[in-house]
Amino acid sequence: MKLLTVFLLACSTACAQVPFERIVNADQEPGNWLSYSRTLQGHRYSPLAEINTQNVSKLRVKWAYQFAEPRTEVSPIVIDGILYITGANMAAALDGKTGRELWSWKRPLPSDYRSIGFGHTNRGPAVLDDKLYVATLDGYLVALDLKSGIERWTTKVLDYKAGYSMTMAPLAIDGKVVVGVSGGEAGIRGFLDAYDAKTGKPAWRFWTIPGPGEPGHETWAGDSWKTGGGPTWVTGAYDPELKLVYWGVGNPGPDWNGDARAGDNLYTCSVVALDADTGKLRWYFQFTPHDTHDWDAAHVPILFDATINGSKRRLMGVANRNAFYYVLDRGTGEFLAGRPYAKQTWAKGLDAKGRPIPQENIDPTEKGLLLWPNANGATVWFSPSYDQQTGLVYVAVREVGSHYFKLESTYKPGTDFNGGGEVELPADDTAGFIRALKAETGEQRWEFRLHSPPWAGVLSTGGGLVFGGSNEGIFFALDARTGKPLWDFQTGGPIAANPVSFNVDGKQCVAIAADRVLYVFWL
Amino acid sequence: MRIMIVVLLLAAPAICPPRARCQPQNPQEQTAAETKGDISAGKRIFENHCALCHGIDGGGGRGPNLRRPKLDRAADDAALRSLIQNGIAPEMPEGWFLSPEDVSNATAFVRSIGRVAPEKLPGDPTRGRAIYERSGCSTCHILAGEGSGFGPELTEIGARRGAGRLRDTLKNPASTIPEGFLLIEAVTGKGKTVRGVRVNEDTFSIQAKDDKGRLHSFRKGELKNLKKLRGETPMPAYESLLSGAELDDLIAYLAAQRGKS
Repeated sequence: MKLLTVFLLACSTACAQVPFERIVNADQEPGNWLSYSRTLQGHRYSPLAEINTQNVSKLRVKWAYQFAEPRTEVSPIVIDGILYITGANMAAALDGKTGRELWSWKRPLPSDYRSIGFGHTNRGPAVLDDKLYVATLDGYLVALDLKSGIERWTTKVLDYKAGYSMTMAPLAIDGKVVVGVSGGEAGIRGFLDAYDAKTGKPAWRFWTIPGPGEPGHETWAGDSWKTGGGPTWVTGAYDPELKLVYWGVGNPGPDWNGDARAGDNLYTCSVVALDADTGKLRWYFQFTPHDTHDWDAAHVPILFDATINGSKRRLMGVANRNAFYYVLDRGTGEFLAGRPYAKQTWAKGLDAKGRPIPQENIDPTEKGLLLWPNANGATVWFSPSYDQQTGLVYVAVREVGSHYFKLESTYKPGTDFNGGGEVELPADDTAGFIRALKAETGEQRWEFRLHSPPWAGVLSTGGGLVFGGSNEGIFFALDARTGKPLWDFQTGGPIAANPVSFNVDGKQCVAIAADRVLYVFWL
Repeated sequence: MRIMIVVLLLAAPAICPPRARCQPQNPQEQTAAETKGDISAGKRIFENHCALCHGIDGGGGRGPNLRRPKLDRAADDAALRSLIQNGIAPEMPEGWFLSPEDVSNATAFVRSIGRVAPEKLPGDPTRGRAIYERSGCSTCHILAGEGSGFGPELTEIGARRGAGRLRDTLKNPASTIPEGFLLIEAVTGKGKTVRGVRVNEDTFSIQAKDDKGRLHSFRKGELKNLKKLRGETPMPAYESLLSGAELDDLIAYLAAQRGKS
């Protein structure tokens, strides 16, 4: 029996291609990209330095891969020279040398599936051991065999007929896969789920809107909590030492009309810290109480350590959709610092606990109220990046003003539940930037102006570079210390995705999706 | 993206070469075609289900601007009804929950914001045409396939702009510069100055067309100077060049340019 146990253990190790230890120790294998943000801490930083400020001007296309559908938002996983990609209800493994498919998988969408408030998209897979995890629009978490793409298990997470969906990349932690849901414009009650990575059996569920009798329920008037939104549609971060999962919670519903949901509407527009074993709430921090502008906390939190007032602290940095950058203690949720990083006209500032001090009359009106930022926020789902070498957080920033309108909205399952809308200012009155912020304060160090407000995330690298993308299809590299542009390439399609970097045959590559094409570049 | 749409519109071939088709249509017939369905009921449907992407006034946002006479994916009302009902996979959801009446109402509303309703005007379009021809308008504008494409095309201008807006533009063009229209002045590395209308732009480059119709493309980093002349237009103010009656006639002529319905 003992021998059998030893044999089974040995086999499981040998068969397991990406045990959790590899993901936790991602920096020991910089040539791979093993989770959504490469590190569980949400850094989207690659230590690779072969491509650097001196030679990036020679970067060229290695290969390109075409998706069937437009506006691909994928952030690939890369393991030992193989790229794993996803689109809407599809996944594929690509040979890193050539871009040729090694396998592909599709799950047909039911004819009555509807996306409410977003397009058919998927932002990437997760990997753990010998499985690739994909969240589907119609509400399934699917585990695929890493080598063949054949389904190992499929678990139903949600009912799309009620307006739920999934677009984000799952986050694989020790033995579990965490997935969040979309549907903030459809009157859902949001949740975050964890499933056993081996079997697909449910491990825990955290409702983002507390039910009757739970703390926070009193922040919802009447029955408004039942249709209060609070989606969890962007991948979070994980601290393996504290064993805490950090996840952003989206907007309350209806988005632009808060009349029927008086109160702070917890835990919408918050970041929550959950016990990885149980899913129980450890702490929360609400960025925008009683939001009426669709300012989801839909971004990857950045976990980093720094010295504040002489003592070393475990921190979290968040550039929020509401145009403020926040620094929190990630063990307790304590607010440490915050300041605007983009144009905003809705708040006078933050109080000592980080709660916004709103200007007068900021709610949408029947006639329209002009405010910055617009409903898409000063930044949104596309990723920021943190470079420990420079101590800077890089953020793709949108500066768009909008006239916010309030309307009546009646809840009907599976339909829009918005309560209003917006009219953006003309394109020439908007602006886009890549901004570099000092991680522990949010002070701006440099900015690079873009022609229009971006929809693409950023990647920083050990070569001293920051990569980003533009709506006009340009993939570019900036000097991470100064923001000076060093290289650019016209991809031919709008970029709304996050860049990644990895090695193929020991040579550094950088990849970005642009509309329906995935490009891989190298020297 | 909006810039690109403008460029595509400018670059598109004239849509009604046979001149007869561009003559004023029977206003009653056109009104009937345009308002089939309850526009105000359609507005409510639009605000609740379409405005999230198309903007609450239909002017665009995550989805395209619908405030234009021609919609790329809906050549006629039947196509627009079908599009509202069935959506456009994968980006636009279908309106499965809308009744046929709701769909017709939403269609009527979308058409109403795309086309200005015909107006009764004091001027004479036939005289207006002669004024258009002798005033040099065609040296900058293409109308029904004739003229030069330096400025915006006028083939459908009567469907896009009401008489009041046309009058404002003719009297003081700088007060009504269309969204996306921008005059630029670039000084090249060799010191040459180029003035023209921006036709496209991104973070690193800008393309422009000068008044001779020549296209220029510049890397911004290689220019000595790039001025964006916001609020400026090469179009002269016609208030001092035409009499009140002549202005009325010219407006009547332009208002009659509605392209295909």
